[in-house]
Amino acid sequence: MVPRNGIRRTPEQSPDVLHAGVASERLGRIFREEWGRVLASLMGVLGDFELAEDALQDAVAAALERWPADGVPANPAAWLVATARNRAIDRIRRERTLAHKTGLLQRLAELEPAPNEEDPLPDERLSLIFTCCHPALAPEAQVGLTLRAVGGLTTAEIARAFLVPERTMAQRLVRAKHKVRDAGIPFRVPPEHLLAERLGAVLAVVYLIFNEGYAATSADELVRGDLCEEALRLAKLLSILLPDEPEALGLLALMLFHDSRRAARTSPEGTLVLLEEQDRALWNRAEIAEGERVLARACKAGPRGLYRLQAEIASVHAHTQQPELTDWRRIVELYDELVVLAPSPVVELNRAAAVAMADGLRRGLSLIDRIEGLDDYYLLHAARADLLRRDGRRAEAAASYRRAIDLATNPVERSFFERRLAEVR
Amino acid sequence: MQYALLIYGEDGRWETFSKEEQEAMTQEYMAIGMSPQTKSGADLGELSKATTVRVKDGKTVTMDGPFAETKEYLGGFYLVECDNLDDAIEIAGRIPAARTGGAIEVRPVVEH
Repeated sequence: MVPRNGIRRTPEQSPDVLHAGVASERLGRIFREEWGRVLASLMGVLGDFELAEDALQDAVAAALERWPADGVPANPAAWLVATARNRAIDRIRRERTLAHKTGLLQRLAELEPAPNEEDPLPDERLSLIFTCCHPALAPEAQVGLTLRAVGGLTTAEIARAFLVPERTMAQRLVRAKHKVRDAGIPFRVPPEHLLAERLGAVLAVVYLIFNEGYAATSADELVRGDLCEEALRLAKLLSILLPDEPEALGLLALMLFHDSRRAARTSPEGTLVLLEEQDRALWNRAEIAEGERVLARACKAGPRGLYRLQAEIASVHAHTQQPELTDWRRIVELYDELVVLAPSPVVELNRAAAVAMADGLRRGLSLIDRIEGLDDYYLLHAARADLLRRDGRRAEAAASYRRAIDLATNPVERSFFERRLAEVR
Repeated sequence: MQYALLIYGEDGRWETFSKEEQEAMTQEYMAIGMSPQTKSGADLGELSKATTVRVKDGKTVTMDGPFAETKEYLGGFYLVECDNLDDAIEIAGRIPAARTGGAIEVRPVVEH
């Protein structure tokens, strides 16, 4: 596990100040924790990401000047909102045209700072998340905007995590922010008739962030591990803001189970270790227990969904002490349901692999050979190769490993297939 | 905010529908056209009637046909007044072309 550095997720302009030792790690942590909530409050009034972000950065700069001397206020979020509000008023007076000014200034005037500093701010982060994940934004923009606005990551951090140049990510974020403003993407929790569909988009973004981190290669492990933690943080936030949504809980449970295996998934040399060969003593028991609690809540909240079913599958593995004791029958049953609920060739492939373990290798292989549309999917060839290897058909296994190597893009996975190829040759 | 809902479809697609289908869809188009959110709109008819105009060195050059030779062409539009993009998307989703192989491009109108 990567130790978490308290100053990681601070607003764009502050890291230098923080590194200079002006602010303590404690301040950095406060800014990180409060970023999404404060930005959400400002967005609710301004409806403009750039204006809201600029005002918040002004407020953070002011806090860095004042707090070390005056002490941290009792309610830092309320202080940041009040200060950002005043800075936004200054900016609007300076920069905006008259017609635009009056409306915004009116709304800002209505955003009174909490009369009592102890009063909690109304939490508008759910609106913020739905706005960032609006389907009118491209998926990669949804991901970037969510990490920036809700998670408080800097543009540089997001760019590093997704292996794109910082300039590219900055442009992507600016375009997305402008579209939110100019196309009239609403800042709100969608009404009932849109909620299910839009929540699906939000959960997809969170899971994509997690998987991006989970598919880590050793070279950039540090940043990528943080992506898993960020996705977990977002999913936990959703489970608090939407406590009765079974799929939001299902996704959190699923990610907790996956994340519990993170330390066991790579060897000290940075090579990939498959589930079957992992040292199960390295699995994070606390995360498994938490996953189990969240899964129980998901089961109570409503009917089985896509994420909950996958969490149930992950739970079977999490509770199996030795790989040969795995209840493959149960896993096949769960995949049977998943195939009905969300039919796709990838789900068929996973089901085929489970069938191979439950009912015999040949049976699994014949199912794999019947899957259509995955000829260019490296994991199909990897799964096929693995079953052929277990069945002692070395030449055929080698051919499939070669195909998997040709198609794989992750260097850690590719080197794993190369090792296996050497074994069967 | 105002949005233009640009209706794209394949030339000649309309003629493939039965008389009853055309009748039913025309009713739907009329209903959207008469809803209070709709400010204006137009049916742009057949592509074969289009003329493209350019001015080169002060001289007007006209050509038969549409600006771009594409399979999907602009067949009509509505101009609607909505609170936000979600409402505009909802109206777009009710336009018959959206479910019969065409697509609706939703464009916010820039205020100057």
